[in-house]
Amino acid sequence: MIEVENLTRFYGPTAAIQDVSFRVDQGQIVGFLGPNGAGKTTTLRILSGYLPATSGTARVAGFDVFKESLAVRRRLGYLPENVPLYPEMRVRTYLDFVAEVKGVPRQERQRRVAAAMERCRVDDVANHLIGSLSRGYRQRVGIAQAILHDPEVILLDEPTVGLDPKQIIEIRQLITELAGQRTVILSTHILPEVEMVCQRVIIINQGKIVAVDTPENLKAKIRTSARVLLQVDGPAVAVRDHLERVPGVLRVEERPERADGRIRYLVECAPDRDLRRDLAAVVVRQGWGLSELRPADVMLEEVFIRLVTEESPHEQPAGQEGEP
Amino acid sequence: MNVLAIFKREVRTYFTSPIAYALLTIFAVICGFMFTSILAQFQRASFQSAMNPAMAQGMNATEWVVRPLLRNVAVILLFLMPIVTMRLFAEERKTGTLELLFTFPIRDVELLAGKFLAALAIFLVMLALPLVNILMLAGLGPLEWPAIGVAFAGLMLLGMTFLAIGLFCSALTENQIVAAVLTFGAALLFWIIDWSADGAGGTLGQVLSHLSIIRHFDSFQRGVIESKDLIFYLNFTIFGLFLTMRAVESHRWKG
Repeated sequence: MIEVENLTRFYGPTAAIQDVSFRVDQGQIVGFLGPNGAGKTTTLRILSGYLPATSGTARVAGFDVFKESLAVRRRLGYLPENVPLYPEMRVRTYLDFVAEVKGVPRQERQRRVAAAMERCRVDDVANHLIGSLSRGYRQRVGIAQAILHDPEVILLDEPTVGLDPKQIIEIRQLITELAGQRTVILSTHILPEVEMVCQRVIIINQGKIVAVDTPENLKAKIRTSARVLLQVDGPAVAVRDHLERVPGVLRVEERPERADGRIRYLVECAPDRDLRRDLAAVVVRQGWGLSELRPADVMLEEVFIRLVTEESPHEQPAGQEGEP
Repeated sequence: MNVLAIFKREVRTYFTSPIAYALLTIFAVICGFMFTSILAQFQRASFQSAMNPAMAQGMNATEWVVRPLLRNVAVILLFLMPIVTMRLFAEERKTGTLELLFTFPIRDVELLAGKFLAALAIFLVMLALPLVNILMLAGLGPLEWPAIGVAFAGLMLLGMTFLAIGLFCSALTENQIVAAVLTFGAALLFWIIDWSADGAGGTLGQVLSHLSIIRHFDSFQRGVIESKDLIFYLNFTIFGLFLTMRAVESHRWKG
């Protein structure tokens, strides 16, 4: 449904995102997870057709977001982070306006607006001025606006920022309900949110994709297996053989480095054991040169640590308000 | 219709905010004041001409009241039109609603057309106010309606150039005040640009005097449609809207 390939966007000399590639299948809820300034908003803006990419391509429902922008925009609902609405308009009038701009046929307009309002539970404030609504209601009007023309893809940028715990739960429930046939991408910097709502996670940090997987797998990767990267100057077969015999090592993978022709070994260790000393000892005992030894997945781990420490997980969604 | 949706929303916004009311009230008061002043002058001149028949030659209400009134209306428009256009893009940029509009299935040109037509509609409502003054005059004596119609058409064309300048300036900034000041400055400069024409001389002088937006109004004011003036106004407006398109597109690229 969404195919992103080598997407790069520069703001002046600085790259907001670099070489971002991922795919999202139909009907999935995907979480775009990363700390603030990681490039989440930039990626969503490119997908929404608002911002052109510097290079790379993105396709939504088979259409290029830049070359066939209108076709993409007809199939896509988007809610920017700051929920830009017209404060001087009433909810129903606003949604009528959006429906008309989005090309919903006149005879269907009223029904669609009513359906979207009911879906997002804003029908009780239909005749209120948007400017007088609470943050939670505004957010829901924003989502109603995004789903009005029954789009195949919905992009939500930080949909729960600035809401109180009760509102957060309501919005998450709403997002879960919206899925089904629709593809939803939501960006967030809150790890527990992704676990609760999303089937897949794309982790982005400093403009680059760090990992794409299910929330469960990612957590498993981080918590259960420690991976160590070694660079050893020695006969490949023998090195591998010796490394595999270290107690606690589950698997050894060779990684030829393109640049210098040297071989790196990715060693997967048993959970919760630090084998770095043992591995180093083996290499030294054989008289080989050990030119590098470091934990792999540093990026992923770092991101996770930042995400986990920024928010108090699970029980206290109240801590999720505002910018960290 | 996308354009229609944008148009309706913009017109509604003019009237849900105090802008349209303030604008129309001030415009009505000033037009009325000018009309009564000019009429009083005409009255005094009429009395004098009753004693001096030579003066009565060529004295009529169209020449003495309507033309000077509409000339003055053109000047008031120079001051008030920046207020009509200042919020059109600047406000939406500031609140971020423009970002959302850009992701709706609507072309930039449709968005621009909707906004331009909405501003034009407000402007036409404004133009109806001096027309009310003139209708009052019509009760007193015969008027040359075709000439008045041409003069109003000229005012409308002049106003369209202000709208084009205003939309462009509004697309340049997210501050409405800045947009209004820029519009006024640019419009005033184009108004007086022919002052330098005599000094410049030659081709440059001709170009400068041709660029003056008020000089092209002269023929319309006299009740004559000259194609070069008509084309000038239309060109100016279209070029201004074209620049606005570019400005709108450019902040899409900047993000």
